[in-house]
Amino acid sequence: MAEINKNEQPILSVRGLKKVFGSNVVLKDISTDIYKGEKVVVVGASGSGKSTFLRCLNCLEDPDGGQIIFDEVDIADRKVNINVHRQNMGMVFQQFNLFNNKTVLKNIMLAPYIIYKKRKKKAYKAEVKADEKALKEAILAGDREKASQITERIEKRPKFNYKAECRQRALELLRRIGLEDKAKVYPSTLSGGQKQRVAIVRALAMNPKVMLFDEPTSALDPEMVGEVLNLIKEVADEGMTMVIVTHEMGFAREVGTRVIFMDEGVIAEEGTPAEIFDNPQNPRTKQFLNAVL
Amino acid sequence: MIKLLVSLVNLIDSYLGIKALILNVVTEIDSFFGWRVLKSIYRATIEQDRWSLYLQGIVNTLLIAVVAAFIGVFVGVLLSMIVFLNKKTGKLKPLAWIANTYITIIRGTPVVLQLMILYFVVFASWDNGILIGAITFGINSSAYVAEIIRAGFESVDDGQREAGRSLGLNTWQTMFHIIIPQALKNSLPPLFNEFITLVKETAIVGYVGIMDLGKIPGLIQSRTFEYLPPLIIAAILYLVVVMILTLILRVIEKKFAKSDRNGGKK
Repeated sequence: MAEINKNEQPILSVRGLKKVFGSNVVLKDISTDIYKGEKVVVVGASGSGKSTFLRCLNCLEDPDGGQIIFDEVDIADRKVNINVHRQNMGMVFQQFNLFNNKTVLKNIMLAPYIIYKKRKKKAYKAEVKADEKALKEAILAGDREKASQITERIEKRPKFNYKAECRQRALELLRRIGLEDKAKVYPSTLSGGQKQRVAIVRALAMNPKVMLFDEPTSALDPEMVGEVLNLIKEVADEGMTMVIVTHEMGFAREVGTRVIFMDEGVIAEEGTPAEIFDNPQNPRTKQFLNAVL
Repeated sequence: MIKLLVSLVNLIDSYLGIKALILNVVTEIDSFFGWRVLKSIYRATIEQDRWSLYLQGIVNTLLIAVVAAFIGVFVGVLLSMIVFLNKKTGKLKPLAWIANTYITIIRGTPVVLQLMILYFVVFASWDNGILIGAITFGINSSAYVAEIIRAGFESVDDGQREAGRSLGLNTWQTMFHIIIPQALKNSLPPLFNEFITLVKETAIVGYVGIMDLGKIPGLIQSRTFEYLPPLIIAAILYLVVVMILTLILRVIEKKFAKSDRNGGKK
């Protein structure tokens, strides 16, 4: 596992985060730093605000106070174009939330294709233009060798087809989770475990810097939990920064580099998995762990 | 167009004499059994080319219904999107208020009154009754379509929107690629029901003298003084039109069902 360098800028920095639903204060003043490569596991009783915390991190719930600094920008500020930042934050939901009207393959390639199509086309056109210009200059300068080089490059350049590129990448991701044969089917025919694995690679297709997991195994049949956790672990081992809300304590201990225990909207205790699970200090943490372990 | 068809049929008939033949046969059978039925039907359909009236009626009814359906769906989808987006983001309050008021007023008043207001007051200077009828029913239908589609939007799980947004798609991209297709699919059955209702409901335009299929029987009755045959014939024609429409809509519905668990097969 890659070393975590805490001297670097944290990738995600939460400062005094607050969230209120009506008169119900769900998050009170949460602050924490998440560094590159960290796997932060958030545990706690239901109603402790852990899911809300996760959803605030990519502003699916608009925070009512505090800052969330991602890529050196405070994304809690409503003037910020949140879409740009969400492109760098993958999210996996408890209920999978695959797009029901798209095939598995389209589910994966939809977002990259829509979001980067224009940019890619522009870049491609700029490249073509630059070559044309260089060719002209080479001809004017009488540099035959260079001109023929550029001509060759122009001739060899494939036609612009970003869709095919996206499809290729989506197929690679599907191959990785062994669901290549399901590319053309609709999500309604997949099992829960398959759906969740597709949802994970759908988030990966955007090449995010951080992945957020909101109870990824809670809606699964017991025998499907393993395959999903294995995939998450695989992604974790590749060095992805992760924030995981989960009830799987064994998994939390195995994968997590840091555990945050939340209680009544605050971080009651945090530390390494060993610290939290083997030697909890906070009485609420002890009580919770006694109940679930 | 229909006049041309009538003269063409008459031209052919002037060579073949089929009309006279039918009249003879009909009269013979009727007198043999002591009936008047076939003669009545003959008088309601073939005599003086009255079949062309029904044809004109069907064409007008369909014109009104189709144009109204297009207006209804376009305006209805727009209204429902405003209401839905306002509910999700709270950013379109004035527009949503206008949309809701529009829907309430249109759904809360009889379409006959709406028709008369548009026909006799708003568009009093126009003489294209069919267009006025189409606009009236388009406006009327849009309020119902808006409610249908709104229900469709609400039947799409919020997780779909969240998943789209979490990937970095903006509101419009999420709506266009994910929410609207699913909302439309979910609202197809009630939407098609609305279309079928629309076809029959347009008979109300006869109220202001527009010649649709529902108005034709009265016209023929006033010539033949026989009441039942034209009514039955018009009813059958409505039935046939609706059945054809139902078939077409079923095919469309099946196309949309391909993402269902069984691929839309029964």
